Amino acid sequence: MSPAPSLPLSPIFGRLTLESFPFHEPILVATFAVVATGGVLVFGLLTYFRLWGYLWKDWFTSVDHKKIGIMYMVLGIIMLLRGFADAIMMRLQQAIAFGGSDGYLPAHHYDQVFTAHGVIMIFFVAMPLVTGLMNFVVPLQIGARDVSFPFLNNFSFWMTVGGAILVMMSLFIGEFAKTGWLAYPPLSGIGYSPDVGVDYYIWGLQIAGVGTTLSGVNLICTIVKMRAPGMTLMKMPVFTWTSLCTNVLIVASFPVLTAVLVLLSLDRYVGTNFFTNDFGGSPMLYVNLIWIWGHPEVYILVLPVFGIFSEVTSTFTGKRLFGYTSMVYATVVITILSYLVWLHHFFTMGSGASVNSFFGITTMIISIPTGAKMFNWLFTMYRGRIRFEVPMMYTVAFMLTFVIGGMTGVLLAVPPADFVLHNSLFLVAHFHNVIIGGVVFGLFAGIAYWFPKAFGFKLDPFWGKMSFWFWVVGFYFAFMPLYVLGLMGVTRRLRVFDDPSLQIWFIIAAFGAGLIALGILSFIIQIAVSILKRDQLRDTTGDPWNARTLEWATSSPPPDYNFAFTPVIHDSDAWWDMKQRGYKRPLSGFKAIHMPKNTGTGVLLAICSVALGFALVWYIWWLAAVSFIALIAIAIGHTFNYNRDFDIPAADVTRTEDERTRLIAAQVKA
Amino acid sequence: MTTAATPQTGAPVFYEVDEHAHPEGHSTALGFWLYLMSDCLIFAMLFAAFGVLGGSYAAGPGPKDLFDLNLVAVNTAMLLFSSITYGFAMLAMEKGRTAPVLVWLAITGLFGLAFLSIELTEFHHMIAEGATPQRSAFLSSFFTLVGTHGLHVTFGIIWLVTLMVQVTRRGLIAANRRRLMCLSMFWHFLDVIWIGVFTFVYLMGMLR
Repeated sequence: MSPAPSLPLSPIFGRLTLESFPFHEPILVATFAVVATGGVLVFGLLTYFRLWGYLWKDWFTSVDHKKIGIMYMVLGIIMLLRGFADAIMMRLQQAIAFGGSDGYLPAHHYDQVFTAHGVIMIFFVAMPLVTGLMNFVVPLQIGARDVSFPFLNNFSFWMTVGGAILVMMSLFIGEFAKTGWLAYPPLSGIGYSPDVGVDYYIWGLQIAGVGTTLSGVNLICTIVKMRAPGMTLMKMPVFTWTSLCTNVLIVASFPVLTAVLVLLSLDRYVGTNFFTNDFGGSPMLYVNLIWIWGHPEVYILVLPVFGIFSEVTSTFTGKRLFGYTSMVYATVVITILSYLVWLHHFFTMGSGASVNSFFGITTMIISIPTGAKMFNWLFTMYRGRIRFEVPMMYTVAFMLTFVIGGMTGVLLAVPPADFVLHNSLFLVAHFHNVIIGGVVFGLFAGIAYWFPKAFGFKLDPFWGKMSFWFWVVGFYFAFMPLYVLGLMGVTRRLRVFDDPSLQIWFIIAAFGAGLIALGILSFIIQIAVSILKRDQLRDTTGDPWNARTLEWATSSPPPDYNFAFTPVIHDSDAWWDMKQRGYKRPLSGFKAIHMPKNTGTGVLLAICSVALGFALVWYIWWLAAVSFIALIAIAIGHTFNYNRDFDIPAADVTRTEDERTRLIAAQVKA
Repeated sequence: MTTAATPQTGAPVFYEVDEHAHPEGHSTALGFWLYLMSDCLIFAMLFAAFGVLGGSYAAGPGPKDLFDLNLVAVNTAMLLFSSITYGFAMLAMEKGRTAPVLVWLAITGLFGLAFLSIELTEFHHMIAEGATPQRSAFLSSFFTLVGTHGLHVTFGIIWLVTLMVQVTRRGLIAANRRRLMCLSMFWHFLDVIWIGVFTFVYLMGMLR
C-alpha cells in the first residue's frame, strides 16, 4: 500500500494548510481560547516578575537531580489535568448518548479523546510522576550527590517534555490518532489513517521514549555505582530496589517500543509491508511486539509505587519493614515474570490452547509475589503504632483497592473467561482499578510523603484528606459500574448506546468521575493552601515523619550537594539506625564539593527534536532536514566541552551547614 | 574508608571525613554497556521481524534471486578488518602514542566507508531489479534490518571523525581515552550484529 498523499504537498508547509486548524470544532476553539488565555497570563506574569532568567538559570538548565525530579512532577501534574479533561469528556458522552442521542462528541473527535486519554495518562502523567519521584528520591536514599550522568538527566527530562508538547500540539494543529492508545495496524496504517494523528502519536512517543530509555540507563548506573559506603545491595531501601528493577525494565523494554514504532512509521512513510494486510505483512506481529514492551510497562509504573508503599508503611507504623528480603525477591521475580505474560493481552488472537494456557498460567503466577508483598505490608502494620497521615491513608486504600483489581486480573488471566471479557468494560474497569488503585494512589502517597523533603514544608493535611476521600470514593463510583457493564457485554470505546437499561450505570460512572474531579481540585487547593500556610507547615528538622531512610538525614530541602559528608551505612533503615545509635551531625571541617555544571544543551536538543517531529508529522521535509542536522551538530558541539564540573567552595558548604545547625537549635528551643 | 565500628571507642562511623569525589566517568563503562544492550534489543526486534516475515516473498524475489554471497563475503571482510584496525588503534592508545592512534582510526573509518559503499551498491542493484522495500514483507524486513545496521555504521564513522578531531586537539587525555573505549565497544558491537546478519539473513536465506 503506497502512502500516496491525496493532496499535493506545499514545499514550504508540507501538508499543513489552513484547514488543518480545527476552526470548525467549537469545543476545540473554546479549549484553545482557555489554554491561550492561560498561557498568555502565565507568560505575562513570568515576564512581569522577571522570572525567566531565574527559571532558565536555576531550573531549565539545571542538572541537579532534585530540580529535575520536581520538574518531572510538575509536567506530570499539568498533563494529568489534560488527561483527566479527556476522561470526563468520555464519561459525559457515554452518560448522555442514549435513546437516539448522539451525545455531544462527533465520532472522529471521540476516538481522538479516548486515544489521547490513554497515551497521555500512561506516557505523560504516570511515567513523569514515577520518573520524577525516582529522580528526586533515589540519589538521596543512597547517599549520592547526583546521578551518574547529570547532563543526560536534564536531556532526558526535556525530551519527555518535547514528546508532551508534540502531543499537545495535535490538539490545535491537525488532530490526534483515532486508533486507541496502542495504535494497532492495519487501522493505524496509512491506508486507514491517512491523516496526521498517528504521526503525532509516533513522533510524540519516540521523542519521549529517548528520554525514558536514557533516564533508565542513568538511574541503573546511579544505583549500581553511587551507593554510599556500606550500602550493600541487601541494605538498599526498598524504594531504591524497586527503582532499580523498574529501570532495568525500562532499558530492557523501551527499545522494543522504539523498534516497533520505527517499523510502523516505515509502513506509513516509506510504504513497507511489515504490518499491512497484503504483500506478506503481519498486523499480528505488531500486536506481539508492542505488548512485549507494553506489559513490562505496567510493572515499570507499579514497581516504584510498591516501593513507595513500603517506605510509607514502615515509616508510619514506626516499624522495620516486615520481610525485607522477601520484598526484594518478590520485586525481582515480578521483574522477570513481567516479560513472560505479554500474550494475555490478546488471547483471542488465536494462538491456540497451549500457548494461551502457558501465558494464562504465567499471568496467574505473578499474583504470588504480589500477594507476598501485600502480606508483608499487612504484617508490617500488625501491632505497629500506625499514624494515619495522608500517605498512610493512601496505602490502606491501595491495599483494599489493589486486591480487587488484582483478583479481576486473575479472572481475566483465565483464557476462556477472557474470550468473554476481552475488550469489554470489565477490562477497562480492571486496569483502571490497578492503575488508579495502585499507581495513582501510590503517587499521591509519595507526593505527600516526600513533599516536605523537596520544599521544606508539609502539605496541608485537611485538603490532603479531602482529596483522598474524593479520589477513593470517586474511583469506586466511576469504575465499579464498568465491571457490571463489562459483565453484561458492553465493549470498550463505544460512543453511543441502544439499550436504555445500561444508562444508569454510565450515569453513576460519570458521577464518580465528577468526584474524582473534586479530588484533583482538592489536590490543587492543597498545594495552594500549603504554600500560603508554609510557615505553619515548615519542617526545620529534615525529618518530619520520624522516618527511617537516608533521605531524611539531610535538611529539607536538601542543599545542592545533598550531604556535606558522604554517609556510611550499616543498616537497610540507615537513618533509623543513625538515630538509634547516637549519630551526631558534623558541625565543622567542611570541604569543597565537586559538582556538575548546568547546561542549556538539553533544552536545545529537545527543541530541535520537537521541530523534527513536527516536520515529519506534516511532511515539511526542509524543516526535518534542518532540525535533524542541527540536532546532530549541537550534540557533537556539546562533546567539545570538556569543562563540565566545578567545586562548591568549602566556605559555601560551611555557611549552608551552619544555617542548618541554627535551624535545628531553634527547633530544640521551641 | 571504613564501614566498621572504630575499634578504639566502639562508636559507629556514620560519615566519611576523608572522602574522595567519584572520578570523572566512573559510570561511563557501565552506562555505555547498558546503552549497547538497549540497542541490541532494537536489533533483536528487527531480527524477530525478519524471522517472522523473512519467508513472506509475496510472489516476489527471494534470497536466492537477490543475494550475491561473494559480494557479501567481501563486505563482511571489510567490517571485520575494520574491527581489527580499531583494535590496533586501542593498542596504540594504551602506549600513549597519538599519531598511530589517528592513523589506525583513519584506516578503520576507510574500511567502514568501504563497507557502506558495498552495501549501498547491493541495495542499488536490488532496487534497480524491482526488489524494493515495498515489494514484500521479506524485503521490508531485509532492508530495515540491514539498513539499520548500515545507519549505525554511518553514525559510527561520524563519531570516529569527531573523536579524531578531539584527539588531535587535546591528545590522549583521560576523557578522550574513555570516548575511544566507548566507540571501540560500539564498533565491535556492530561487528557482532553483522555476524548475526550475515548468518541469519544471507547464509540461512540462501538455504531457505
